[in-house]
Amino acid sequence: MAKTKVITSENVKLHYGDFEALHGINLDFAEHEITALIGPSGCGKSTYLRCLNRMNDLIPTARVEGDIRLRGQDIYAPSQDVVQLRKSVGMVFQQPNPFPFSIYENVVYGLRLAGVKDRAVLDEAVETSLQQAAIWDEVKDKLHESALSLSGGQQQRVVIGRVLAVKPEVILMDEPTSALDPISSSQIENMLLALRHDYTIILVTHNMHQASRISDKTAFFLQGRLVEAAPTKQIFLNPAEKETEDYITGRFG
Amino acid sequence: MDPIREAMLHPSRSARLERRGKLISFLCIALIVLVVVAIFAFVAWHGLATFFENKINLWDFLSKSVWSPAVKDAHGNPEVGALPMIVGSFGVTFLSAIVATPIAVGAAIFMTEISPRWGSKVLQPVIELLVGIPSVVYGFIGLSVVVPVIRHVFGGTGFGILAGTFVLFVMILPTVTSMAVDALKAVPRHYREASLALGGTRWQTIYRVVLRAGMPGILTGVVFGMARAFGEALAVQMVIGNASLLPQNLVSPASTLTSVLTSGIGNTVMGSLENNALWSLALLLLLMSLAFNLVIRWIGKKGEMK
Repeated sequence: MAKTKVITSENVKLHYGDFEALHGINLDFAEHEITALIGPSGCGKSTYLRCLNRMNDLIPTARVEGDIRLRGQDIYAPSQDVVQLRKSVGMVFQQPNPFPFSIYENVVYGLRLAGVKDRAVLDEAVETSLQQAAIWDEVKDKLHESALSLSGGQQQRVVIGRVLAVKPEVILMDEPTSALDPISSSQIENMLLALRHDYTIILVTHNMHQASRISDKTAFFLQGRLVEAAPTKQIFLNPAEKETEDYITGRFG
Repeated sequence: MDPIREAMLHPSRSARLERRGKLISFLCIALIVLVVVAIFAFVAWHGLATFFENKINLWDFLSKSVWSPAVKDAHGNPEVGALPMIVGSFGVTFLSAIVATPIAVGAAIFMTEISPRWGSKVLQPVIELLVGIPSVVYGFIGLSVVVPVIRHVFGGTGFGILAGTFVLFVMILPTVTSMAVDALKAVPRHYREASLALGGTRWQTIYRVVLRAGMPGILTGVVFGMARAFGEALAVQMVIGNASLLPQNLVSPASTLTSVLTSGIGNTVMGSLENNALWSLALLLLLMSLAFNLVIRWIGKKGEMK
């Protein structure tokens, strides 16, 4: 059964000045799947991830070539509204980065940007998003306290709730659990498994076990190349490439 | 006795050095504290003499608007009402801060968010240069440019709070700007990234996140600027008119605590009421500086707690 492709990318190259950091990546992402991007540090997986919501636009020397489409729409087309793109393709970063506001204000931030003022709509969004992010029960009584007073794992879930409130189609996650303890990590993993039914998730991770536990598909990056992308089981049990096998079995990386 | 035991019982060379270093740094800080306490004590001693020795009512001093310590009023009490100077000082301080703040914040946004390269290459040196210009130069320009312009536009002499505001605004602008720049630069990059990744435009990110997160730092800069404006003597004295009268409007000659001090302190005899009254003004200035300092610390603390 062929699932709908949400994001397709073809021959994506990225240059920082004269340095080519990505050497032509071809990778597609199917709807309502979790795709894990793995590979050693500096292999370009985060860089590639940041091409998908055009966060690399913020780096003046970065230049992206190739063709990236969100539901068939070229996201690097001159007519593409970057703000609109980033609403459809949300992003969670490695370090939990709540704003120094209350939990409530953090979650409604994206809605406020869009000009939503109706209190009932905002309240409703806070409750559903935080429930989806599996943090509602822990914070429902202190929504108006600073988000910075929470633990790292709670902050990361609030941040995920903040992304969900905007109702994106795709969520990019750049090592969302690498700064967290194992319990917080597993809470977030369980949450991602639940979110998969409604969202397409692309997850950069250094944690091989995490990739094997929760992803449907895994893509292995090495030195700016995509070595192999296949269903997760296949990558971990029967990789096609020698490099993949070496990395997964811990022979390097 | 065995050598190890011997060594343990006596302080080592490095321990002695450590103690000496501690002593030297303690002496340095003790000297500074001593100087500060001595200045406070001296100013307070003379400043309070007006009230204890010359029996001037504190409330009269703060609320009466006639300042001529050499003259006695109908009841035989000397006229030492400092209200005109208090109004003048606070007037120029707040007005210049109100004018300077939006411009400083705008400049800081441009330098940090919109064009950092231009900001650090061109604007930063310009601002540092502005800080280095001696206040007499500002006063001189105020006297020969600002005052005639105000005279031409509004009539009167041109001297007054408005002229003082103009000069002070230019003087505190670099201070407030550079502190606002520091405050905005200190806002972590990931706040900006988070906002942009949620579909924020650059402008939304600046005013919803960057300015909000940098607000304590910006406010500290504004209060620093106000402290500087409040304490500035020379440039203000040159353009404010130096009339110890309650200002009728922004272009009538007025005076500030500092301008009365600088123009009067050489013309009085130590220990006389005229002299003591000036010390009382100095004490008031000192207390206000202290108040500004406390406000800055308070803002800093509130900023940390978030």
